[in-house]
Amino acid sequence: MKPAKPMEKMTHPTRSLLKFITCGSVDDGKSTLIGHMLYDAKLIYADQEQTLLLDSRLGSREGRMDYSLLLDGLTAEREQGITIDVAYRYFTTQERSFIVADTPGHEQYTRNMAVGASFADLAVILVDVTQGILTQTKRHLRISALMGIRHFVVAVNKMDLIAYDHHRFEAIKNDFLSLASAYEVKTLQIIPVSATEGDNVTTRSLNTGWYQGLPLLPYLEQVEVTREALDAGFILPVQRVSRPNHAFRGFQGQIASGRVSVGDTLISLPGRESARVKSLLVTDRTVELATTGQPVTVQLDRDVDISRGCLLVQNPDLNVADLFTATLLWMDDTELIPGRSYLLKLGTRVLPATVMTIKHQIDMTSGRQIPAGKLFKNEMALCDISLSENMVFDEFKHNRTLGSFILMDRLTNMTSACGTIDHPLRRSTNVIWQKTDVTREVRAAQKNQKPLTLWFTGLSGSGKSTLANEVEKRLLAMGRHTMLLDGDNVRHGLNKNLGFTEVDRVENIRRIAEVARLMNDAGLIAITSFISPYERDRGNAREIIGDSYMEIHVSTPLEECEKRDVKGLYQKARNGQIPNFTGISSPYEEPLSPDISIDTTHISIEEATDLLMQQISRYLSPL
Amino acid sequence: MKTLSHLDQLEAEAIYIIREVAAECEKPVMLYSIGKDSSVMLHLALKAFYPEKPPFPLLHIDTTWKFKEMIRFRDRKAVELGIELLVHTNQEGVQKGINPFDHGSAYTDIMKTEALKAGLQHHGFTAAFGGGRRDEEKSRAKERIFSFRNSAHAWDPRNQRPELWQLFNTRLNKGESLRVFPLSNWTEKDIWQYIQREKIEIVPLYFAKERPVVIREGNLIMVDDHRFKLRPGEEIQMKKVRFRTLGCYPLTGGLESNADTLQAIIDETLATLTSERTSRVIDRESAASMERRKREGYF
Repeated sequence: MKPAKPMEKMTHPTRSLLKFITCGSVDDGKSTLIGHMLYDAKLIYADQEQTLLLDSRLGSREGRMDYSLLLDGLTAEREQGITIDVAYRYFTTQERSFIVADTPGHEQYTRNMAVGASFADLAVILVDVTQGILTQTKRHLRISALMGIRHFVVAVNKMDLIAYDHHRFEAIKNDFLSLASAYEVKTLQIIPVSATEGDNVTTRSLNTGWYQGLPLLPYLEQVEVTREALDAGFILPVQRVSRPNHAFRGFQGQIASGRVSVGDTLISLPGRESARVKSLLVTDRTVELATTGQPVTVQLDRDVDISRGCLLVQNPDLNVADLFTATLLWMDDTELIPGRSYLLKLGTRVLPATVMTIKHQIDMTSGRQIPAGKLFKNEMALCDISLSENMVFDEFKHNRTLGSFILMDRLTNMTSACGTIDHPLRRSTNVIWQKTDVTREVRAAQKNQKPLTLWFTGLSGSGKSTLANEVEKRLLAMGRHTMLLDGDNVRHGLNKNLGFTEVDRVENIRRIAEVARLMNDAGLIAITSFISPYERDRGNAREIIGDSYMEIHVSTPLEECEKRDVKGLYQKARNGQIPNFTGISSPYEEPLSPDISIDTTHISIEEATDLLMQQISRYLSPL
Repeated sequence: MKTLSHLDQLEAEAIYIIREVAAECEKPVMLYSIGKDSSVMLHLALKAFYPEKPPFPLLHIDTTWKFKEMIRFRDRKAVELGIELLVHTNQEGVQKGINPFDHGSAYTDIMKTEALKAGLQHHGFTAAFGGGRRDEEKSRAKERIFSFRNSAHAWDPRNQRPELWQLFNTRLNKGESLRVFPLSNWTEKDIWQYIQREKIEIVPLYFAKERPVVIREGNLIMVDDHRFKLRPGEEIQMKKVRFRTLGCYPLTGGLESNADTLQAIIDETLATLTSERTSRVIDRESAASMERRKREGYF
């Protein structure tokens, strides 16, 4: 193997970088094509070549050189002979530096293909000439376009198998052109190749005299993919605020678009305060001017309330809203159900968000609109998304950084979906609710919490009302939405007509349970504080309230309660002045399996509340 | 719109990643191996937070078998830069006399992999920067920039979270921790060019010099101290050698070279068509060895 010419490679340290992906169906030969390109261009290291020869001997091709082994890195992949995850390869020619993301073709790994596409500026799509354009090809084109790719190369592969037939190539070319007409495509080149034989990979093939264009590698070396300048002006999503001392306060981030100079007036969003740029750092260098893509630290001439997630901009006419329509690609094993709450990350901002409506699913192959109530892994749909607060965003076609986002599952922390923003929506002018779907989940999501009923049970004087009250205060301080139901606000109104007979007691508890359930439906955390002495009644309440029911047994023993006798009730009961008094003349059935149990005999109210909150916190959804 | 050069793009990407971790992760640490990649990563961290110091400490997993010059370099750098340096060693392994001469791959497992896990656990770090690059080795080529480890610090290559645009999801489940590789997209050549451009100081072992070495299984192993066990027939010779990667001296092969300046190293590196991991002895075991090690928690 001849060494490349290293000295010349070193003379272009400012050479441009092209990031591209390769995609195609399972047997289209992507890995082979890239492997062959690296091999032909002498871009692989000698010991990698040795490994390749060694692996080929062990591999499936019976000793013939298998170029795909250069790329398929994971053992599982080699055993199965398919590519399951994105593999990144790096090479440099005299013209350009390249990063190629080799992406999986198989449908079940679509999300991994999206990962590769989100990283790239150009897609090389392989089409097997003996198969023509397959559903996978259409799918890959759609995902590439969704993720923002505007430059395409179609490598029509396996030309050797059809004796380099020009007409069959032309037929596929026309098919692809009509397919691509539905997308925003800035450059497109369709090249006849053979990945195994090397035709039109790095050098022009003598077998395809009818093809006038450049071979693959020379084409990639010269294609221009610069994104055109944006009119949006300067935008800096603030990553962090640097305050090493009192004298310095710098806003750090990577410039998403435009440029900025010392002395420029910038506006903060969403705060809309303006200030001038006092000093500017690009990494550790003091500069007068900084431009798109550079990591900067901006100091302003006055104090402005800015934290991570805010933006510094020149033009304040960006959307600041809490509702938009977006195209989503679902990537989670757990399906999307409208109304469920997720965390949305856009730029450097993370906030709770709810997918309100699936307007329609988009068929990956045909682009057809399909009605859908749920969205499953690797499916795509147009959705309305509601945010818990206003956020600055833009349409993806105008600004990649402010127009793209991910959704994260709040329980599993999985990256569940990625999306691109189509347009903002105004709450007042948009009927956004699907059918009657202001569901319990949606109401809860709006309050950013999981509804619960904290059902306190225990003897009179056990401390349940005091604790219920303290717990509500704590929850309120945490920003939760709560409602306390106790003797005072229930007995005097809703249950005014009930007495203390057993029948009335049962009805009392039933009504309280129903009210608690309604409050849970409203998205609230309901706290109830009643003796509720019978296991059967508590079981009934559990049934009415469902999964949100959490039983808290305040298990302070009778002797202690009677000793406290705050209201003098035990004394009266002992004297026979109160009939059916729980613990004295009426039984208290100890809960069989309470979620939490607490005895207040030896601890202070504060300690008891701390203990309770520790337990309760485990059931609260994260904010 | 002027596009940034290749190196500027890589620098910007790495700084963005480092700042994201500092902003979102609870308790980050930067693993510092004293090698050239670590030196570049540390330099990027200094630039990312300037004029502030990086808001996280450095952690070095010391097997006690590193080159002496590496340790001197490490201690001097930490003082010069004013950054907190934590050093963790598997003391149990030291007491049991685990060493690279007698214990082969068990040595790497015990003194590196286990020590790393224990070091991270001991300090409760939730995210650790590593200097790994995707061009080093095939299984690494498929790893995400933000890579999750379960409570046993193991990597599940089949179930990686999708990573889209620059929107990194740093949220951890109970027991999980993060490995973050800001240099994922750098190549060996990029590293050298950047060291040259930024005038980053690196351990002198990278430069060719007369050094005492033994030829063992085709590798030039430097005799760095008296613990080196000579095998029958082996003799110590003085050769002008340099190292492409640095690690434990008995496991690090040098190469004969006259390159004693950065430019000479770069010229020589690019003329040599062998990938750098050849000089790490463990990689020779099998093509799948690195993937196995990573699944088990090797960085």
